[in-house]
Amino acid sequence: MSAKRQKRKQPLPAPGEWTFELIEAYHAEIDRVAREYGLDTYPNQIELITSEQMMDAYSSVGMPVNYHHWSFGKSFLQTEKGYRRGQMGLAYEIVINSNPCIAYLMEENTMTMQALVIAHAAYGHNSFFKGNYLFRQWTNADAIVDYLLFARNYLSECEERYGEEEVELLLDSCHALMNVGVDRYKRPAKLSLTKELTRQRERAEYLQSQVNDLWRTLPAQQIKTQTVEARRFPPEPQENLLYFIEKNAPLLEPWQREVVRIVRKVGQYFFPQRQTQVMNEGWATYWHYTLINTLYDEGLLTDSFMMEFLHSHTNVVYQPGYNEPWYRGLNPYALGFAMWQDIRRICEHPTDEDRYWFPDIAGSDWRDTFDFAMRNFKDESFIAQFLSPKIMRDFRLFAILDDDKETKLKVSAIHDEAGYRRVREIMSDNYNLGSREPNLQVWNVDLRGDRSLTLRHQAYLRRPLNGDADEVIKHVARLWGFAVKMEVAHEDGRVEVLHECHQDRRKTDKN
Amino acid sequence: MVRIIDRRFDSRNKSAVNRQRFMRRFKGQIREAVADAIAGRSIKDLDNGESVSIPSKDLSEPQFHHGRGGIWETVFTGNDQFSSGDQINRPQGGGGGGSGKGKASKDGEGEDDFVFNLSREEFLDVFFDDLALPNLVKTQLARIQEYKSQRAGFTNDGTPANINVVRSLRGALGRRLALASPYQGRLRELQKQIEELLETRPEDDPEIIRLKDEIGILRAKIEAIPFIDSFDLRYNNRIKIPKPTTQAVMFCIMDVSGSMDEEKKATAKRFFMLLYLFLTRTYEHIEVVFIRHHTVAKEVNEEDFFHSRESGGTVVSSAIELMKDILHQRYLNGAWNVYGAQASDGDNWENDSPHCRELLSDAILPFVQYFAYIEITPGEPQNLWREYEKLVGAHANFAMQHIEGLPDIYPVFRELFKKKLA
Repeated sequence: MSAKRQKRKQPLPAPGEWTFELIEAYHAEIDRVAREYGLDTYPNQIELITSEQMMDAYSSVGMPVNYHHWSFGKSFLQTEKGYRRGQMGLAYEIVINSNPCIAYLMEENTMTMQALVIAHAAYGHNSFFKGNYLFRQWTNADAIVDYLLFARNYLSECEERYGEEEVELLLDSCHALMNVGVDRYKRPAKLSLTKELTRQRERAEYLQSQVNDLWRTLPAQQIKTQTVEARRFPPEPQENLLYFIEKNAPLLEPWQREVVRIVRKVGQYFFPQRQTQVMNEGWATYWHYTLINTLYDEGLLTDSFMMEFLHSHTNVVYQPGYNEPWYRGLNPYALGFAMWQDIRRICEHPTDEDRYWFPDIAGSDWRDTFDFAMRNFKDESFIAQFLSPKIMRDFRLFAILDDDKETKLKVSAIHDEAGYRRVREIMSDNYNLGSREPNLQVWNVDLRGDRSLTLRHQAYLRRPLNGDADEVIKHVARLWGFAVKMEVAHEDGRVEVLHECHQDRRKTDKN
Repeated sequence: MVRIIDRRFDSRNKSAVNRQRFMRRFKGQIREAVADAIAGRSIKDLDNGESVSIPSKDLSEPQFHHGRGGIWETVFTGNDQFSSGDQINRPQGGGGGGSGKGKASKDGEGEDDFVFNLSREEFLDVFFDDLALPNLVKTQLARIQEYKSQRAGFTNDGTPANINVVRSLRGALGRRLALASPYQGRLRELQKQIEELLETRPEDDPEIIRLKDEIGILRAKIEAIPFIDSFDLRYNNRIKIPKPTTQAVMFCIMDVSGSMDEEKKATAKRFFMLLYLFLTRTYEHIEVVFIRHHTVAKEVNEEDFFHSRESGGTVVSSAIELMKDILHQRYLNGAWNVYGAQASDGDNWENDSPHCRELLSDAILPFVQYFAYIEITPGEPQNLWREYEKLVGAHANFAMQHIEGLPDIYPVFRELFKKKLA
């Protein structure tokens, strides 16, 4: 216990129990090594929490503050049940993409685990959040916590004013559309609390006036009938349903529009995380592995520390094969870790195959290549660019074609010379949100008729929508206030109506 | 620069609000689950929570996703047998038209019911909610038993305030005697020797002086034994025991003739449960006697009381008679507080009702603390009700209530509860 470090290379004590002094000591060493490797991070804020608080954080999508909703209660109960029965361990860490970057350490963890988590979250993820272009464009680390605070206060204010039921119903509907509430291609505006507050009222008034204009029912003599026929709304199909509803739904009150906006903004905040799982987890895993190993090489860590560390690390990067019972698809930690390691290998010790496949990076400085790759890619493009034949062989990757019109599945490519490019292409597409999730658009609004809203699903490879669709349509109808139609446009050009939901809120909800 | 913050002692239960929201949203299902639980429980079993299961489809959060079907091309790991162009049979179990194995397992999840636990408080809350209990009563009933502390002998440790002086000093005395006894023995011996020597020798004989010195040393040793030691301290021991120390017997009388259907029995069960709960507030030990009757009455166990089916006519007096017998045989030795609760649909054999009234009035009401009658019937009160009505003015310990739904139950207890508060 009497751990006074006389000299540098005296190993840090590694007792099972952590203390604040030890966390600080380990953090200092990890920080030093991370700087030597040139990792650029937000300042760190490390918070020690209990397992119950971890479950709290879990169930409110990992955020330190969030508005209240029953679904968070549900996921808390789920997490709690799993944890109490010992079916699942809690994640060792949650890290929040904010500035300063908040990393949670759980009180139950051993000192070794705390050190691992610090390296993984506070340096791995943190530097990724700060560097990757998606996070830079889509999220604003400086403002997120403030924004969530604003959102929670705004929503509880709404609850007081309009009733919890009312707000809850609205949130239900918005949550149903959360994953189609994102501009996939347009860069969103930055968040800022002060601006948000001052603009919120102006926006409410302005929006309402715009909507009123759109739905003007007074006879307008100067408008000629034929121009009305020609006018189409929206002029172009829109992919962001929530945004469209926020701006155009005829019957929403200003506060309701603001709530739609809040859900949209929060959903958007998590959008980059969904697109960079392999890269981000792989990056963090690579760095905890590298930083800890460097400290060990310097003689700062004991052997027992390393045994425990390697045990956890190995569990994290375990990848079962397709025919094993615990196969759950590709493990993003395993794949990402392997790919980052492989990129370094290609840079430092390229083979002839590498020189042929990666002429740009083979033999280059690995730090520069890492930095470039981390900053400018997402899973889809990262795999398309950097998945090497060696990884495909190591993972023994193969692709299966499942066409519901055929009686049998077909192996379309495997990890051989003829299949490398095809496997890589398919794998990249597997990580493409655009093809993974259905392509839905706001197609048309019947401005002059019954005000019904038509959504169109552009079918891709004949993939249908799932059974939830008609439920979700009801939520759209609740927000829109009038009938909502769901069409599917098949690839051969046929269009058919899938669901219809009639609703006239003026008659039912309004009193 | 790093900031390390200890949040472990921050407010707990951050998601308590979310839990409440969840409970409120699924109130319907939770109520049903509690109603089921009550049907399956003993009426004495009110101190546990309950695990509630809700069909997961009821609490799904729908979103647009792809369903099965169409063309999917997916990459898997761990190829052990395939080459390009191989044809494979679809794996079974994923349902027709599966979209690859990964999907199949993903879709297979989450079909189970969602199960979670209600705490005792939440359970009682729902239970009370149905019965429309006033809040004050709810808190009174839901409170965990009160204890009073009582002396229970002595212990070796405790707080200074509880030191028992007499015991402690007695202990000290004993210890002093015990520790000093070897010296005392030797002292007596030396004293004797001196006396013997003095008879033959003068006072200043060196032998006598030596003996006197030794006596001096022994006295000093005896003096050095501490008067009182922490080891001697004895403390008054106090233990906590449940406050109510009396006992009660509760008679449950229920009509099980053909006209009492399951729903009426379920209402009656809640009535009995509530009475039991009231009694647990006041009495430490409660016995429950179950009497069911149609044309003849029988003492049964709880299981048979609620679940076995009988049919036929109704002679209520048979049950009152039986209660009278049991009461007089077993419970009239002065040690018991007697409560009676009768549930019926009021449909009695016409000539029997006056007899019931007389029995109650003469042989039962004088001996019981409280007798409550509920008539569970949707329509007009029946003949038994009309007879019993005559008792209300004459006996303060008799209450009756006509019940159509669960909220009607509580008023029966209003009087009873007021009395206890006063």
